[in-house]
Amino acid sequence: MIEITAFWTAIYIAMLAAFTGYVVISRVPAILHTPLMSGSNFIHGIVLVGAMVALGLATTATEQVIGFIAVVLGAANVTGGYVVTERILQMFDRSGKKPGKGA
Amino acid sequence: MVDLSFVIEPVYIVTIFFFIIGLQRMSHPLTARSGIVWAGAAMLIATLVTFFTPNLTNIALIAIAIVIGGGFGYIAAKRVGMTNMPQMVALYNGMGGGAAAAISAVVLLGPATAITGSLAVVGGLIGAVSFSGSLIAFLKLQGWMPSRPVTFAGQQIANMTVLVLAIVSGVFVILQPSWIPLSVSIYLPLFFILALGFGLLMTLPIGGADMPVVISMYNAFTGLAVALDGFSFATPNYAMIIAGVIVGAAGSLLTLRMANAMNRSLTNVLFGAFGATEEQAAQVSGSVKAIEADDVAVMLAYADRVIIVPGYGMAVAQAQQKVKELTDLLMSRGVQVKFAIHPVAGRMPGHMNVLLAEAGVAYDHLFDRDEVNPEFPSTDVVLVIGANDVVNPAAHRQGSPLFGMPILDVEQARNVIVLKRGQGKGFAGIENDLFYRDNTKMLYGDAQETVGKLVQALKKL
Repeated sequence: MIEITAFWTAIYIAMLAAFTGYVVISRVPAILHTPLMSGSNFIHGIVLVGAMVALGLATTATEQVIGFIAVVLGAANVTGGYVVTERILQMFDRSGKKPGKGA
Repeated sequence: MVDLSFVIEPVYIVTIFFFIIGLQRMSHPLTARSGIVWAGAAMLIATLVTFFTPNLTNIALIAIAIVIGGGFGYIAAKRVGMTNMPQMVALYNGMGGGAAAAISAVVLLGPATAITGSLAVVGGLIGAVSFSGSLIAFLKLQGWMPSRPVTFAGQQIANMTVLVLAIVSGVFVILQPSWIPLSVSIYLPLFFILALGFGLLMTLPIGGADMPVVISMYNAFTGLAVALDGFSFATPNYAMIIAGVIVGAAGSLLTLRMANAMNRSLTNVLFGAFGATEEQAAQVSGSVKAIEADDVAVMLAYADRVIIVPGYGMAVAQAQQKVKELTDLLMSRGVQVKFAIHPVAGRMPGHMNVLLAEAGVAYDHLFDRDEVNPEFPSTDVVLVIGANDVVNPAAHRQGSPLFGMPILDVEQARNVIVLKRGQGKGFAGIENDLFYRDNTKMLYGDAQETVGKLVQALKKL
């Protein structure tokens, strides 16, 4: 069971993480909104590790079935999110290499 | 097996560090590409060390599930066309939300305390709403269900009732009071059914034009649900908490930015049922005038300044390559060509930039609405390629459903050529006054074909 101190520690961490998320995004140009939305969509794919733990500690058949679904969905979030973001960003890369465009 | 569980926490710390670096790099055009690689590497090591979790069983099942889910995600994402990327983001986001909801269910089936149980219920609610809501968004954008808002009488009361019932069931699941009707085990499935139902009902009245904002909001929701699930484990999973909260915060900010770009409040996006009602007695006068490609080519060839306004139609027709050809031809003749990019052109902010970048149009030819708007009066020809709502002057007219939306003032240009597939309305379902203006001519046809014709005609001149 989660201890009360651990709980408050987690709250502190969550607050700092919220600021981090805010600061990292706050000066983003509009053209990167799509890749960034896709990129953060990939990052919450970390749900996969939670799903793995949930299935790994499941004891009853019901828990196993639901845990299995969680891992399938989480894994799809991870790979799909990565590939979509990668494909979107790939285009930025190509145009960045265009000759005659001095940085 | 050797107990390697001591590596989990250090690796999670590295993971979070890489995630933040990755996101930061993704926020700058020059480093964006490497950002996803950092984040991807982090995800990979985090997944691997999670296999070392103490007392982990069902390892074969976990591996099979990863192969199935991961395989599907990978193949589907590789196969879809660039135009369909927005709905793919919605789809994968929904899956993340579904995973979060399923984790909550497992936590609630096990021995949860009042605290962990409450966190799991809230996480489950948000995750389930994100799951069903994102799937509706996916279906609408994919065209597998009508993208127009679905409305009925008493809708908001019905939606709120479902939400309240879901919350009540959730409270019953945590507290399990003795006086409740029905057996306690009914309330957990009931809670999830109601939560899924609310996500569905909440998304139905939202029209396709607002979907980017909604997808971004559900993205933030999933992040939050993941963080809450991280809290609800017996030992808190800090990787999930931090990554989830970062996405929740960043996603919320991104959502507000997008709503701002359309000059709408989030409340209006969610409850406005935008585009559901036909505008009463359209006050448009004049007639729609068609023009041929050859005439347009001549106009363009002898213009000094041309501005191209791309929209979703260009994406659908995959016309960006031809547009790039056209741009090069015009520039070689000494015509100044600029691209005016409305923040919400296409189905997502930056959608047009991505497509044009793909075709090789240089960044310094793309201009934001604010930069380019003062230039329209001194522009000879504006070429509107498959854009509609973002150039609709109705936005300046009080009483129009579009009123207040910042638009590109293309009507101020000397000539406006609108490339359009047919006489249909824009995504918002509103008649476009621009098409009836005296300086506007319509060039009908598939955007790729039409621009191709323009290129051919220009080459002959």
